[in-house]
Amino acid sequence: MTETAPDLARLRGGAPPRNHDARTIAALTANPGCARRGLMDAAGVDKDAVARTLGFPTPFGQSQFAITRGNAFEAQVKADGCAELLTLLRERLGLAVPEVAYDDLEVVAGNEGRELRHTRTRRLLARALESGEGTLFDHPLLRLEIAGQLAYLEPDVIAFQVAGRLHVIEIKSFAVVDGQAEPEQVAAAARQSAVYVLALRRLVAELGHDPSRVSHEVFLVCPENFSNRPTATPLDVRPQLAVLERQLARLTRIDRILEELPEDLTFEPGDALDASVRAVEARYAPECMGGCEMAFFCRDEARACGATGALGRSVRDDLGGVDTIGTALALADGSLSPSDDLAETAAQLRAAARLRAEALLAVRDGAA
Amino acid sequence: MSALTSLAQLQAADAGIAQPLATVRHCHVADAPLVLVPLKLAGEAAAPLAVMLGSAPDDASLLVVPQPRNRDLRFAFAADLAKLVLNHIETSRGAVEELPPGKEGEERIRYGNAPQFLVPNRGGVAFLRLLGRSTRFRSTEGPYAVDPAVPVLGRWLTWFAERYDHPGSSLLRAMTEVLRLHWATGQSSLEDGNLAALVGWIDPPDGLDGPAAAAQAEDPVVWPPAGPATDPTFDNEVLAPAIAAYDRSGGDPRTEERLRTAVASQLTPTWELMWRAVGLLRALPEGASVPGRWERDRDAFTYYHQTFGEAYPQARRDPPVRAARRLHDLERAQDAYDAQRAFDDPLVMAEYRLAGQAFGGTVTACEPERLDETGKRPKLRPRVRIATEDPVRLDVGTTVCNAARPALKGRIVELGGDGVLLELTGGMGRKLVPEPGTVPREGDRVVFTSLTEGSWGAAKFPDRENTPWTHGGPPEEYTPTDEDAEEEWS
Amino acid sequence: MTEGGTRSLFPVAAPVPAADDLDPSAAAARVVEEVLADLAGAHRGVVVDSPPGAGKSTLVVRAAAHVAAAGERLMIVAQTNEQVDDLIDRIAEKHPGITLGRLSASGYLPSERVLARPSVRVAQKADDLAEHTVVIATAAKWATLSDGSWPWAIVDEAYQMRSDMLLRIAGRFERALFVGDPGQLDPFSTVEVERWAGLAWDPMRSAVSVLLAHNPDLPVHRLPVSWRLPASAAPVVSEAFYPFTGFRAGTRPEQRRLEYGARGMGTTYDRALEEAASTGWALYELPARHTLRTDREAVQATAALAVRLLQRGPVAHSEQGANPVGADRVAIGAAHRDQVTAIRAALGPHGAGITVDTANRLQGREYDVTVVLHPLSGRRDATAFHLESGRLCVLASRHRHACVVVARAGIPELLDAHPSTEPVHLGVPVKFPDGWEANQSVLAHLAAHRVPAG
Repeated sequence: MTETAPDLARLRGGAPPRNHDARTIAALTANPGCARRGLMDAAGVDKDAVARTLGFPTPFGQSQFAITRGNAFEAQVKADGCAELLTLLRERLGLAVPEVAYDDLEVVAGNEGRELRHTRTRRLLARALESGEGTLFDHPLLRLEIAGQLAYLEPDVIAFQVAGRLHVIEIKSFAVVDGQAEPEQVAAAARQSAVYVLALRRLVAELGHDPSRVSHEVFLVCPENFSNRPTATPLDVRPQLAVLERQLARLTRIDRILEELPEDLTFEPGDALDASVRAVEARYAPECMGGCEMAFFCRDEARACGATGALGRSVRDDLGGVDTIGTALALADGSLSPSDDLAETAAQLRAAARLRAEALLAVRDGAA
Repeated sequence: MSALTSLAQLQAADAGIAQPLATVRHCHVADAPLVLVPLKLAGEAAAPLAVMLGSAPDDASLLVVPQPRNRDLRFAFAADLAKLVLNHIETSRGAVEELPPGKEGEERIRYGNAPQFLVPNRGGVAFLRLLGRSTRFRSTEGPYAVDPAVPVLGRWLTWFAERYDHPGSSLLRAMTEVLRLHWATGQSSLEDGNLAALVGWIDPPDGLDGPAAAAQAEDPVVWPPAGPATDPTFDNEVLAPAIAAYDRSGGDPRTEERLRTAVASQLTPTWELMWRAVGLLRALPEGASVPGRWERDRDAFTYYHQTFGEAYPQARRDPPVRAARRLHDLERAQDAYDAQRAFDDPLVMAEYRLAGQAFGGTVTACEPERLDETGKRPKLRPRVRIATEDPVRLDVGTTVCNAARPALKGRIVELGGDGVLLELTGGMGRKLVPEPGTVPREGDRVVFTSLTEGSWGAAKFPDRENTPWTHGGPPEEYTPTDEDAEEEWS
Repeated sequence: MTEGGTRSLFPVAAPVPAADDLDPSAAAARVVEEVLADLAGAHRGVVVDSPPGAGKSTLVVRAAAHVAAAGERLMIVAQTNEQVDDLIDRIAEKHPGITLGRLSASGYLPSERVLARPSVRVAQKADDLAEHTVVIATAAKWATLSDGSWPWAIVDEAYQMRSDMLLRIAGRFERALFVGDPGQLDPFSTVEVERWAGLAWDPMRSAVSVLLAHNPDLPVHRLPVSWRLPASAAPVVSEAFYPFTGFRAGTRPEQRRLEYGARGMGTTYDRALEEAASTGWALYELPARHTLRTDREAVQATAALAVRLLQRGPVAHSEQGANPVGADRVAIGAAHRDQVTAIRAALGPHGAGITVDTANRLQGREYDVTVVLHPLSGRRDATAFHLESGRLCVLASRHRHACVVVARAGIPELLDAHPSTEPVHLGVPVKFPDGWEANQSVLAHLAAHRVPAG
């Protein structure tokens, strides 16, 4: 535990930290410049609950059709001791998988305590690394330190040992059609797999082995074309691993954000919640809507103060440092004379305004 | 994105209503386009749930797959869809125009018209592409036989999806993209992906402004998503029970009707939006080069229609030569399309002016009959000086042309405080005095640009059988296999 | 596909040089000999990766002479007219006995350096050059030929060439030597190219990448020594942009020295120039601010540094002797064309003759001193364009003596805040180095050479 841990507990208002899973950890890389998100995530604050309390519930629902499809596909791939999966690994990827042992680490003698499950994962993997015994380890329960907290990772992958190396196998229900899948979905899968690779590597290192025995090549198992038949595709997650490692390193710098904040700040539900959230600076961009529970709150805040960033990252960049719509328009119509800093932006905005007006006027005159 | 577009967005946010990004319409809008609003089952690649389609606002057909996981029902849906779509294709091509014979004396024709498909968004295009992919290889005989119209539909959908990739083509368009080409809203491009919000900004209903209309549009109860993804809450609370009831009843028509009603409630608002959007586009005057691009579309359509019987279904992926050739065609089309839009529309040209690739202003001095007598024969080389406030970023010596009349060409001789000095080099007739009206006069307002249309020549590519060793040698010619035809669609 | 079967452009090689023990000239010569030996072998193609200034052109000239000496006709493919003229100049200079044909488009006006060579004939039709041993043209010109065949080709700057261009010209030759720098800018397109992602023949991949995907057994050599980059720069560029293959400087630190004839006046410009002269690098850092791309202060500082450099009468001491650094030996690099225009305007008459260009156009060029406007200076959000490692690599590897980078403070924070949500396509080899890492690596080095403005 780091020195910031008591502060982080206070931020949660005494509530237990929200569990991280690979998805939430991977999401840390989506907007790393956002102090609000960084802090709330580091503290394990339930952002969904906070957003709801503030009147901005997130509409991230999932259709039961998608859930059913995902579960059915996973069950099918894993049926009969992963029979279909093994066929794939052997035939599609041409791997020599001699003998097969399948260990499911999800349930330990009726007791699903996380400590126990993690211990069992450690023990089995330790043996596998020593002796080469074991092939498929389903639902390994892994741990990763996130901002001083040990987070358990929801186990929905298989660790696969072949030729002395461990690979992560990730089963996803989006389709691979003619060798390609939705790039955003593949990217999300790669980010999540990277979290598992990293956690596995840390575990392997703890067990006294070379972490590179966990391969950066993961196997993505998806339905092929329009069928339920699985196909496996190797996926190199080195870029995602690099990003993840540097973002985790950055999270530990959360103490710098904390230093700037009032000492009694808390995200506990109550009258002060709104002010508390606003006390931590957000870096809202429209892309946040795709993955952060706070996005609708932050969007409302950004729009209310006329932030140019609410229109998109590129808009803000085009305006070279002008943060608000009002200022930009005042510079454009000449009603505000720019400071030296903004002289250039102002000149460009005025030129843009003149050219727009000229073109629109020409057409109006032509039509008249 | 440019600073000009960004400014328009700021103005839209400030005014509470969308601002024009174009003064003319840059795409063709057919008299009777085929509007398609597809929905797919969540979690599946391309399992159709429903589509609402038709070529007039009051003529919507609704096709629904009552149990999207049932492959027979899916193929029945595909067959029904095929009949409607193919009928539209056949009735939209108009009369045959005879063209002058080609270089080798071959007969050339062009259909007087072509079908135009409109879908709400890019997701709709992707869905049609996948639906095309999943149906074009099907066999019409043997153990997995489908209705003969199904693979025909698959090939046409694939063809339209490929034309969508072609810059400037209007055969298949996504409405959100077309609208965004013509208007800037006060929200981000991501939010513009919601058709209802986008139309809300452009044409807010009475009593609302853009932001209020867009806020309403984000409530899936008021405005169901424009597809192909459905609203998860609808899935869980309405669709799933309705499908379950249908299953339990063993296909009772009454349960099917209830299902259709539920699905129609999700599609109708988008259907109406699509036609409102068509109306918004029709209200804009057509850009000068739009008919020319539509003619290219008609040529492409004529060719595919004429050769349909001889061709195989399109391959799954492009072989090397096809890929290279297609990339070249697309880049060429993009280049021409960008230039044509700028020449058609002063507001688009303004982007180039702001970027310094074009400049406009008043002619302050003019020598219309100046001759260059340094060569063997004198040449007509009028000079004009243009005062401009634009941030010109062109070098001396650059060739430019007149935005209003691109045939008039010139060369930049001098750039400085009192404007740009141009020496005109072409587009003034063949004599030593310019044709009347060709050379701008003092006081005229003119725009010149370095932009040119058609600077890309056609390129040569090897034939498939000459695919070089660097690219794996000649690939086998694609012929559909039984395996293709039997591909599972579950 | 197993791991061993996946061929990356940057295979994880064992730290190359056992040749490290060799003297640089010997190490480089050994690779060149191996390349020439492979030309006599049975392979249809040979690839040579050449980091910045590693003697790529020298190799091309030698290989051309080698093939010509064996009595074979040879075609040479370059990417730009300027590169074609460069090669003609070098080959004609070194091997005046070789008959050279320059194939060109109708609009091409032969440059003086080409006209000055009696062994060179310029023609628009390949038939007119049938008797010439070596025929040289741009890839675009070669692609207009639909027949004719040469037993050998040398493809220069092959990583800059898109594979669709290779497809169009590969029918003209039987065998080929491909030479290029894998660390420079990737080919790009104005249209959506996702359709071909993951295909071994993706037309957007570089010519070399597609060639190796289909011919995995072709020998790949690496030139191990940069003769351009000084000892102060080679390790920095090598670590940041060539993390797996690496190269070293051909000269020792004491062999390169930059001196000024005129003394400085203690201004921040002078201090930056002095830092650059003594260490090979300087970071002229303006206060943090978000700006337009054509940030006036940064543009002025960039131009002023170049002008001030010339005013101080720089002399470059190197293995080539002591030479005054004139405007023709100084370049200014930037990411965007509008920045280039703005810098040119800011240079004024004192900066006449200084090359100002974008990274794309500076590829393959060499100068004594460069001034670089950092692509991320003043940006609030980095885009893939700004982060492309090849862009920074080109800008940071054009100099023989020193490189002055102009940037606003705050780039590390910008990199920290950069969201990593790039889409991923199946089957596309991972590109190394990652732009983020490369940028961090270079910045970390520059931090030690920081001169704050004003």
